[in-house]
Amino acid sequence: MNYDVIIIGCGVTGAACARALARYQLRVGILEASNDVANGTTKANSAIVHAGYDPLPGTKMARLNVAGTAMFPALCKTLDVPYRNIGSLVLSLSEEDDETLKILYDRGRANGVPGLVLLDRAQALALEPNLSPELRGALYAPSAGIVNPWELCLAMAESAVRNGVELHLSTPVTGLARGAEGWSVSTPRGDFTARYVVNCAGTLADQIAALAGDHSFTIRPTKGEYFLLDKSEGTRVEHVIFQCPSRLGKGVLVTPTVHGNLLAGPNAAPSGPEDTANSAEGLAYVRAAALRSVPGINFRENIRNFAGVRANSDHEDFILEESAVAPGLIHAAGIRSPGLSAAPAIGEELLALLRQAGLETPEKPDFRDGRRRIRFHELSEAEKNEMIAKDPRWGRVICRCETVTEGEIVAALHSPIPPVSVNGVKRRVGAGMGRCQGGFCGPRVQEIIARELGLDPTQVPMDWEGSWVLCGETKGGAKA
Amino acid sequence: MICHELVIIGGGPAGLAAALAAWNQGVRDILILERDTQAGGILNQCIHNGFGLHRFQEELTGPEYAGRFLDMVKDTDIQIRTDTMVLDLDGSRVLHTVSPSRGYEAIQAGAVVLAMGCRERTRGAISIPGARCSGIFTAGAAQRFLNIEGYMVGKRVVILGSGDIGLIMARRMTLEGAKVLACVELMPYSGGLTRNIVQCLQDFDIPLYLSHTVIDIRGRDRLEQVVVSKVDEKRNPIPGTEMVFDCDTLLLSVGLLPENELSRQAGVEIDPRTNGPLVWENRECSIPGVFACGNVLHVHDLVDYVSAESEQAGRAAAAYLRGIHPEGSEIRLVNGFDVGYTVPQRIHRGVDSVEIFFRVRSVRRDTAIRVMDGQTQIARFRREHMAPGEMENIKLPRVLLDRIQGDTPTVEIEAPAVGRVPDAPQPSTKGKPVVAADPSGHTPNA
Repeated sequence: MNYDVIIIGCGVTGAACARALARYQLRVGILEASNDVANGTTKANSAIVHAGYDPLPGTKMARLNVAGTAMFPALCKTLDVPYRNIGSLVLSLSEEDDETLKILYDRGRANGVPGLVLLDRAQALALEPNLSPELRGALYAPSAGIVNPWELCLAMAESAVRNGVELHLSTPVTGLARGAEGWSVSTPRGDFTARYVVNCAGTLADQIAALAGDHSFTIRPTKGEYFLLDKSEGTRVEHVIFQCPSRLGKGVLVTPTVHGNLLAGPNAAPSGPEDTANSAEGLAYVRAAALRSVPGINFRENIRNFAGVRANSDHEDFILEESAVAPGLIHAAGIRSPGLSAAPAIGEELLALLRQAGLETPEKPDFRDGRRRIRFHELSEAEKNEMIAKDPRWGRVICRCETVTEGEIVAALHSPIPPVSVNGVKRRVGAGMGRCQGGFCGPRVQEIIARELGLDPTQVPMDWEGSWVLCGETKGGAKA
Repeated sequence: MICHELVIIGGGPAGLAAALAAWNQGVRDILILERDTQAGGILNQCIHNGFGLHRFQEELTGPEYAGRFLDMVKDTDIQIRTDTMVLDLDGSRVLHTVSPSRGYEAIQAGAVVLAMGCRERTRGAISIPGARCSGIFTAGAAQRFLNIEGYMVGKRVVILGSGDIGLIMARRMTLEGAKVLACVELMPYSGGLTRNIVQCLQDFDIPLYLSHTVIDIRGRDRLEQVVVSKVDEKRNPIPGTEMVFDCDTLLLSVGLLPENELSRQAGVEIDPRTNGPLVWENRECSIPGVFACGNVLHVHDLVDYVSAESEQAGRAAAAYLRGIHPEGSEIRLVNGFDVGYTVPQRIHRGVDSVEIFFRVRSVRRDTAIRVMDGQTQIARFRREHMAPGEMENIKLPRVLLDRIQGDTPTVEIEAPAVGRVPDAPQPSTKGKPVVAADPSGHTPNA
């Protein structure tokens, strides 16, 4: 297939790029190795929209973080993505931290972060009464927020697909060759050609660059582990609570999530690019650090642990540039924190880089933005009855913990980017995300996916290819 | 708003028994709300036998046991509304429900019986480290896949936790042709019934590793290995004792939690020891007219006891609807030595007799249960054997209850002269540990 632009990778960076390009009369293809979008770093991170006081002034990270964060309210409204502008606090727990807060404050001012305030202990406690007794003060950043990162990615990708971008899932790139006409991109599902290639391959971005003979950077995957606590702990804090950054990173944060849970993490440890295993030591560290910020957290209410891999690199800044050795290959690599916050701005930055490289971008007159997802539990009584009258499946609750109906699951399975796995359904509608972790609804979701997609239930994986759930029928056979 | 005299949330064994008892007391407008597509609750997937020995003096399967109650309901005008989820419950007994056939509606109930049952603790609840591959199921989810849907979840299985569902699934998976490599239990004793240890593990040569736990889960896509380690008295893994099992499936049977989200929403006071409502002897909660029974109240080991308790709740709801309320000042039961909890937690002074259910915290032999009123012994019940996996009960007749002068009598276990827990299993010559059998030959109540 021939494209003007091929985007490799459909995490939040690739999706932002695709959506930016979808506004123009271009042939754009996305090649994603996994069987779903948002299936790497995008689905497993702190889900934070950072205010932007961390990156050093003058860096791309600083500029794109502040610009991206400013885009979130309107973007999430347009795309119907859960986002809450709850603000953040960086805590000072020592004299040394007091100095760090001042540095962060100055840095934030230089980066153009709006509304930063240094709070004393009493002011901070007035905002967050459950903070540490060691508390000395805090840096308050009102522009910070929380978001559903995988839904943001999905929504941007859906917007792109609805506007003509072609998404190829389960299509890992195995070769990149530059010819007279542009790039030839090899995959197990056939070869593609494109005038430009954008490398949004996350933790594997250096391997993609290497395919094109570009060895200018190395990804240093760095794992972070998390606890996700039950909604009963979800109001323990009402802002994103950071500790002061140290040599080890931004440190462990405690935050509510847009779903109403409480999230604590991450630690930081070198890892493989796809290594999302939890370790007893990592979890113990996160727990102790989180309790230092917010001593009352009840970790007995934990419902899930997970780990995400940061796409850190050997460069200090984001790598957003045309390859020096492979013209027409644009890198969006080393997109570490605050990559999620910067993503909307990175999409625009990549568009600008493509234009600089010679891409012409005639406007697409029929570009249609916007997305709406019906969340049953958010509807009014009248709206609920209206939905159920149209299709009774909207009245059948499948996931009891998160109140997700069969109607929502079926709608997701017939959406522009339908899920093909149990976790794919979970990421789209929340079924299985609650306190029973799919113990009750898992078998029913499996059955609904198989029915709607015309598959045998044994063909429906938990998540990525190979993560099978069922291995065959019992001696008595499957139910009729 | 639609009104019903008695609304029962949950159509499992607890809800069915409560409804029938209320019917037999003359309540004629009874509505059972069941979220699944058929009534019977978790019994529908419990196709093994062993149910009903107390109740019917026969060994029934789960569906048969539920069937007996459903047959009795058929002879009444009790309504069972399936495929119906209760979304909200408030303190004035207004329920908000949703179903495919009736849509969203609000119901005002004269009295409510909470009978929502329990759910399984998950991998997250115990934070098992390791890979995020597929192949890790709660035992109950696997049970549903096998027994309701008709699908196998794996071929080589390790089971973590020796709760009854895990033990039952060890046998079930074996009968379906899977190889169950081990059952691993963190505690020095099993969490399940002795009869299940014998019939589901010993009879199939499945080793039980007491004082062991899973410390790592390996596998990129599907589970490939679990690492099991022995633990010390503080339940910390002992380095150097690791065993690696090649398996594709890990079943978790690590405890059950009463499902009290609706109860909490309504403002019902919850006992942190049971995770269920705090109840009076008639199973009435802290909100008048709201009753609780079955596994939503405390996790039972035998369904027969669920039925009996639920009938009590159903009768009490019927009395409440007739305007009869228990009187008498409050006696608050205190948990003494080695008693994990009691149900009920509160008793009205002057009631006829009370049966007290509880679990002990550790395995005990040749000891006794005592009810103390300060320094005065009110009652003493001898026991040859007690274990946390088996619910205990004592009955206090009026004559004993009347002897209680204070407001806070204690239920306690007499410190045993010779206490011991089962020895950790020793590896046999085959390299397999011997299942720690119960040398007393004690048969539990079923």
